[in-house]
Amino acid sequence: MSERHAVRAEGLAKSYGDKHALDGFDLTVREGTVHGLLGPNGAGKTTAVRILSTLIGLDGGRAEVAGLDVARQAREVRARIGLTGQYAAVDEVLTGRQNLEMFGRLFHLGGRRARARAVELLEQFDLTDAADRGVGKYSGGMRRRLDLAASMILAPAVLFLDEPTTGLDPRSRGEVWASVRDLVASGTTVLLTTQYLEEADKLASRITVIDRGRAIADDTPDGLKDLVGGDRIEVVVADRAEIPGVVKTVARVCEGEPEVENEALRVHAPVTDRVSALTEVARTLQDEGVAVEDIGLRRPSLDDVFLRLTGHRTSAEPVRHAEKEAMAA
Amino acid sequence: MSALDVESATGPATAPPEHGRLFWLLADCGNIVRRGLTHYWRQPVNIAWQLGFPILSVLLYGYVFGSAMTVPGGGDYKDFLMPGMFAMTMAFGFINTATVVVYDSTKGVVDRFRSMPMSSSAVVAGRGVTDLVVACAELAIMMLTAVAMGWRPDGGWGFLAAFGLLLWLRFALIWIGVWLGLLVPNPEAAGGLFAVAFPLTMISSIFVAPQLMPEWLGWVAAWNPISSTAAAVRDLFGTPVGGGDSWVEQHALLMAGVWPVVLTAVFLPLAVRRFQRLSR
Repeated sequence: MSERHAVRAEGLAKSYGDKHALDGFDLTVREGTVHGLLGPNGAGKTTAVRILSTLIGLDGGRAEVAGLDVARQAREVRARIGLTGQYAAVDEVLTGRQNLEMFGRLFHLGGRRARARAVELLEQFDLTDAADRGVGKYSGGMRRRLDLAASMILAPAVLFLDEPTTGLDPRSRGEVWASVRDLVASGTTVLLTTQYLEEADKLASRITVIDRGRAIADDTPDGLKDLVGGDRIEVVVADRAEIPGVVKTVARVCEGEPEVENEALRVHAPVTDRVSALTEVARTLQDEGVAVEDIGLRRPSLDDVFLRLTGHRTSAEPVRHAEKEAMAA
Repeated sequence: MSALDVESATGPATAPPEHGRLFWLLADCGNIVRRGLTHYWRQPVNIAWQLGFPILSVLLYGYVFGSAMTVPGGGDYKDFLMPGMFAMTMAFGFINTATVVVYDSTKGVVDRFRSMPMSSSAVVAGRGVTDLVVACAELAIMMLTAVAMGWRPDGGWGFLAAFGLLLWLRFALIWIGVWLGLLVPNPEAAGGLFAVAFPLTMISSIFVAPQLMPEWLGWVAAWNPISSTAAAVRDLFGTPVGGGDSWVEQHALLMAGVWPVVLTAVFLPLAVRRFQRLSR
């Protein structure tokens, strides 16, 4: 195995009864990068991370994290990984400092080094003022930062990061993103799981799309977008009756069939010759007297990628319940 | 943070395990106990409730029931009730264990422990030791309250043995608590365990001697493990009142030793298996 791969999984399989949570899942993560793992509810993201982080065993295939086999060298793997978000929590009752000191001692740093490390991490994650307050009283952003700090006690080779900025205000979101970039700059590899395509687009240099327990795509964010096709023209009309006419107009300049979203009164289609297509559609619609609410060119979102690859849109529901239930069954 | 900062940090790399497995099991266990006790320290309301309930029980049952109750064969009802109250509090303790376990496992704290290079048995062992430390505090406070109300046990080895037998019962119930804590789906459901525990402790010799109950119920009560512990510690406190004639009541001391062994033999493997199921 090449040392340049922080994570390498081949043919991972895991079933709960009849349900195949993972069914031949492959993943390769280059060292020192942020790698996005994207998928809808129950696609197998959580199961994959729980296997890679040694929390659960695997039924088939093999996986290495930081060059170590997750099944045979679980304890060594554990000394080299960090877990955050839904995969592992901090103690709500203890203070931020008590949390970091406790985890430091449990990482076998010894009391004195655990205390010193806690002070450093509190400083680094801007939590010094809140150090002696109970975590139950922390804001969402502070808790997320403490979660990151707890995962950083041993400066892990691989950090499993779960939806790090969900529900955060823009300022906290920026702070968390900055922390993640710092970690990567210092040599940590991040496996980011999320349903929020925008977040993966922002942070990840490479993305694996998982659906029904298999990796169905693996590329850069731009590469995935190119997979779907380039830019799209998008027209929103004021009246539903206008849609058939707009479809006809758009169809003349686009490649393939225009897609219609009736509820949103929106028609969109892929185009190559961007500006001339836009000009032509705009002029034609104006000549025909169609009431247009909005018209423009749009880069494909990862949502489009997803729709194209899986045939269904992502859902914004949290993933944890669906997969937890599958595990309990 | 730059790579240089990581180098200068106190804990950037893995700590080499210079000690053996047993050392780390004990060290990790100690840290989990420290966490458990810090929880009590940081939540004074919880500790007030947990220690207040036994005190309230002693006062309430002692004064409200005390005047109306008689002990078969004569004797002071206080001498009958107090050891029973101690045994009951130990028995109810499994609810505390279950509540903490279900909270930790559903909130992801257990998963963080399991993702760390620590000893995973320490997570469960630490819980058990914490519960025993708290049980000692509960017993001490209840006994002081009982003494204030006029209860006069014998001192000496008998007293220490009684204290030990009560903790022995509590120890056995830790495993039921851990097992249930890993079985119930959420902390709210753990609250419902009280409804199960209450009749199980009432149908015993804690408040009323089994021979005063309907025959079949008295038989169940006499064979209740809590009854054996209660009767045995009444003997050891030097106040052997309200004992019955059945075999199990005649051999209370033996059974107070045996019951926890049986409970542990059944529920420790169940709890361990449930804990290992977390890895499936």
